Amino acid sequence: MSALTLVRQLGEVVLAVAIAPLFMGWIAQCRAWLQNRTAPPLTQPYRMLRKLFHKDAALAADASPLFRTAPYVLFGTMVLAAAIIPSVATDLPFARAADAIALIGLFATARVFMALAAMDIGTAFGSLGARREMMIGFLAEPAFLMVLFNAFLLYGSTALPSLVDANATRRFFIDPSVIFAEIAFIMVLLAENARIPIDNPATHLELTMIHEAMVLEYSARHLALIEWAADLKLFNYACIGFALFLPWGIAVHGADGGGALLLASAVLLVKLAFAGAALALIESLSAKLRIFRAPEYLAMAFLLAVLGLLVHLLLGANIHA
Amino acid sequence: MHDADLIAQLLRLLAAGLLLISFAMLSRRRTQRLITLYAWQGAILFLSTCLVAYGEGLRELYYSAALTLILKVILLPWILHRLIHRLGAQWDSEPLVNIPATMLVGLVLVIFAFGLAQPISMLATTITRHTIGIALAVILLSFMMMITRRKAMTQVIGFLAMENGLFFAATSTTYGMPMVIELGIALDMLVAVFILGIFFFQIREQFDSLDLHHLEKLRED
Amino acid sequence: MTVAPSISAVVAVVSRNDLNAILLLLGVWAALGFAGLARPRSVGYVARLLFPIGAVTCLGIALLAGIFLASGQGAQSLILPIGLPDLPFHLRLDPLSGFFLLLLGLAGAGISTFAAGYFRSGEGTAPGLLGLQYHVFLASMGVVILANDAYLFMVAWETMALSSYFLVTSQHRIPEIRRAGFLYLLMAHLGAVCILFSFGTMSAGNWQLTFDAMRGNTLSPGWATVAFVFALLGFGAKAGLVPMHVWLPEAHPAAPSPVSAMMSGLMLKTAIYAMLRVSFDLLHARSWQWGVVVLVLGLFSALFGAVFAAVQTDMKRLLAYSSIENIGLIFAGIGLALLFEASNLRLFAALALTAALIHALNHSFFKSLLFLATGSVLHATKQRSLGKLGGLIRSMPWVAALALVGTLAIAGLPPLNGFVSEWLLLQSFLFTPQIPHAFINMLIPLGAAALALTVALAAYVMVKFYGVIFLGQPREPLLTHAHDANWLERIGLMWLAAGCVTIGVLPQFALRAAGDVTGMLLGQSIAPVTSLWSIAPIAPQQASYSGLIFLAGIVAVIAVTFVVVRLLAHGRVRRTAAWDCGYPWQTSRMQDTAEGFGQPIRHMFGTFFRMERALPSPTDAEPRYRIQIEDRVWRALYLPVARSLQWLADEVSVVQSGRLAVYLLFSFLTLLALLVFVL
Repeated sequence: MSALTLVRQLGEVVLAVAIAPLFMGWIAQCRAWLQNRTAPPLTQPYRMLRKLFHKDAALAADASPLFRTAPYVLFGTMVLAAAIIPSVATDLPFARAADAIALIGLFATARVFMALAAMDIGTAFGSLGARREMMIGFLAEPAFLMVLFNAFLLYGSTALPSLVDANATRRFFIDPSVIFAEIAFIMVLLAENARIPIDNPATHLELTMIHEAMVLEYSARHLALIEWAADLKLFNYACIGFALFLPWGIAVHGADGGGALLLASAVLLVKLAFAGAALALIESLSAKLRIFRAPEYLAMAFLLAVLGLLVHLLLGANIHA
Repeated sequence: MHDADLIAQLLRLLAAGLLLISFAMLSRRRTQRLITLYAWQGAILFLSTCLVAYGEGLRELYYSAALTLILKVILLPWILHRLIHRLGAQWDSEPLVNIPATMLVGLVLVIFAFGLAQPISMLATTITRHTIGIALAVILLSFMMMITRRKAMTQVIGFLAMENGLFFAATSTTYGMPMVIELGIALDMLVAVFILGIFFFQIREQFDSLDLHHLEKLRED
Repeated sequence: MTVAPSISAVVAVVSRNDLNAILLLLGVWAALGFAGLARPRSVGYVARLLFPIGAVTCLGIALLAGIFLASGQGAQSLILPIGLPDLPFHLRLDPLSGFFLLLLGLAGAGISTFAAGYFRSGEGTAPGLLGLQYHVFLASMGVVILANDAYLFMVAWETMALSSYFLVTSQHRIPEIRRAGFLYLLMAHLGAVCILFSFGTMSAGNWQLTFDAMRGNTLSPGWATVAFVFALLGFGAKAGLVPMHVWLPEAHPAAPSPVSAMMSGLMLKTAIYAMLRVSFDLLHARSWQWGVVVLVLGLFSALFGAVFAAVQTDMKRLLAYSSIENIGLIFAGIGLALLFEASNLRLFAALALTAALIHALNHSFFKSLLFLATGSVLHATKQRSLGKLGGLIRSMPWVAALALVGTLAIAGLPPLNGFVSEWLLLQSFLFTPQIPHAFINMLIPLGAAALALTVALAAYVMVKFYGVIFLGQPREPLLTHAHDANWLERIGLMWLAAGCVTIGVLPQFALRAAGDVTGMLLGQSIAPVTSLWSIAPIAPQQASYSGLIFLAGIVAVIAVTFVVVRLLAHGRVRRTAAWDCGYPWQTSRMQDTAEGFGQPIRHMFGTFFRMERALPSPTDAEPRYRIQIEDRVWRALYLPVARSLQWLADEVSVVQSGRLAVYLLFSFLTLLALLVFVL
């Protein structure tokens, strides 16, 4: 491990933390355009964070230490995840700390802390949000795992750097199981990040919300950290998606000098721009599901991933023959 | 060589699409959607038959592809649309119990079909032999759809989808059936849809509904 | 005293031997038990003096077992010339028993320390008697693990069952507890009968009951399967595998909390140990169908346990169902190992078996921790029902903080220990497509999904458990005066919590210990640990995990964030009332109850339960909502059996006429029949 890899690692984390709100802002902008509204400026999330950081934190009288530390834990897990996911380069010292399955565990840690913090004050909405969030979580995890199973069958690894290294250099071919896995992954991404078919990030109707219900009691810097962590989570999911399905452009092991890194960063921005626009399009085209339709939606994601697996086992047996 | 490879990949993709549509049929509630899905299934069959015909240079497969296009993508969906329009059933939807459970059973069926098809696909020599499992799965899933549904209309769609699966199985094992048989089957289906259409009107006249559970009253006690 | 001869026997044989030293310590446990009888009513003497000595003994055993495993020497065996004539006791210490002794000692130390602070006077059985039962229970578990012949094994197994029965019914004045104890004893004996059959089959008709002889026997595949099925039934009944699980959710809540912790954390593991001993060590003709059966039973138990835990309203019942879930996960690992092994994929078999072993170790830590925490809550609040708890994080900060560690660990969250074993298990599932059976290799990925669902459901359950007990507002006014655990209890809890963290952050040591076991059972262990930083079971390119980096990373980011936020912004806090969308009249009754939190699960997995609901009508002045959830297994399997047994007994009672002459006639006829048969 040289100083260069450390710098690369640190640079990647800083980049992730810095542009995650930008990605969120871009999606909001695209959504506004698609819905014929005047778009908020691209820097709106940053202004929001700045405002929140400077406010006084209003804390419920009997909030426990758990309530106050949860935002930091949430932010910490998401930054760590950003350090592990190879978004720009694959030769990262942290990347070996976890494979993609362990990443699911890391996201689960964040989710459990958020749910516990939501139950801490003891308000009706907090526990409602916690319950719904955990429900979405336990339905989405099997689907996500099946997506990774697909990746393992295709490339023989669940470690994201190896996946990218193997994947970015291979010849292009059409494989139905990849397409199934991709759709399933996008469905999981939408569900896990409180996006539209499952949750509405812009809702103010208390009874339908999930994520917003959990953070109702938070304010000021705590809320800022939670929002930032949510931005990072979406960014991380997008980067996992790129690593699994669109690895071209990531500086692979052995070809990651300064120029390659700059190029990889530029490619990442382009990918994010397209992904954000696509997400905004999906969200604008679909309607929010009733909460009890959510199991059906996630069962569908799971089904797609398993179908991909089966199709691969049957059809892909002689793909290189 | 690269060409054949590409064709094989595309065929796999189409086969997977066929399977996906079968699952979509299992989970859709609206009858109209089902007809659209059926038309899509036909379109995929048309494309895959064309691909096989092109890849293997088999002239007569083009004819059967054309037949598929005319009958399954245009004619039958049109007839079915007209039918539900005349029956006033275009907004019909049926309550489905527990879609996730149905899906799981469907998955197990697919695994069963794949397991069954593995020895067959070893024997066959066509470029499409790996899709036999999918064809079998489509047949089983359509059958299951007929079992889980209660409306007469959806039963017919399930029946037609099953025929699609059979057709696909035929193309993937032996590059299609002889033209005469294919024409015969096509005619049979057309007639069947007409007859069933007449049945629908009769059923509705009798029971004021197309729900098949009314037929349960017809048994002798 | 039976202790004296055993001690002299131990001293008589070679000194400098781990096995002897361990036996000596087991003897110390028994002696401690009997010492308690000297002053049976004195809590100060029994609890504050004898239990801590017992805890130190636990540590000693763990230390010896650890030294034995680390030294890497072969099996040590010993023949004790006591017991029946011509039937000496055979004992043997090998890596498998060493691993489980390590588990017993490490978790037992925490439980004994807690128990020292837990037992009060005036609760059921006198402390001295309780101490005897407790230590005999511990010692019998140790002997079960060390036994090397079926005779000693059964004696220890039954001692274990009986002593734990008395412990379960220590508050025998309550009818439900007596009933739970009876059910437990019944299931334990049914299981024991199955185990006897299994040993009988394995001895292959030559009545050599030592395990060495059984190892030497080569059974035909058919008979091996018979022995295996009986072992699965017998040990499955003890472990709580569905459908033999019915005693578990009754007995665990009935017992005092340290006993629940011992039963769930330690006793269930002896069943796992025995299952491994029989299926990997004693039987040779293994077939892949066994693996499928164990895998399916395990996965089903896991899902079943998780789903039922999610709808429980009694905190100890919830944990009992969660034990079923975890045992299911362990069995899934064993099944996978059997399956891989039968397909000659030994490396992957070692991976799956390692996962099962580590999970057994983990479960003994976090489940004990949680059961003990419920004990503290029970003492502080006198409440077991989740509907009457809440907000205890404020009045019981120590218990709440330590229980949080256990909660996160059992929910399978990194960087704690539960995650390590679940991750290993998931990793081993990834290799199932290589199994050369067409249907199996496609069906098992669905098993991986069931596993993922279970693990995620466990997180749901634990959020419910922790959130309803410790977070939110107190649901009863008295809860604000709940007192925290005393210092002995805290030390016990801290020991177990430290174990959860250590195994999670540095799993390398546990992996090495498990590697010795898989080396012994399969001749293969997973890739040797190359670095202190991370574990990579097969190859680092395929998958790796580092709990240390996880913990360090999260802590570092939190610290940096905290400092940066303070520097750039400020740390001002204003305490106000809760916001709750501006609704000012909220009460603690408006929080989600345990029932409410379980509602989505009830909705989705409705077919699992037998539900009886009484809904209030809209016009009720005092609306009441009542729901009762039952196990379908109970009605579908056990009640019919019980009824038919009752019927059979009634029919047979015809012969019971009460006249002596008739009874003599029966005996005479039997004698005649036997004579005819023999001659």
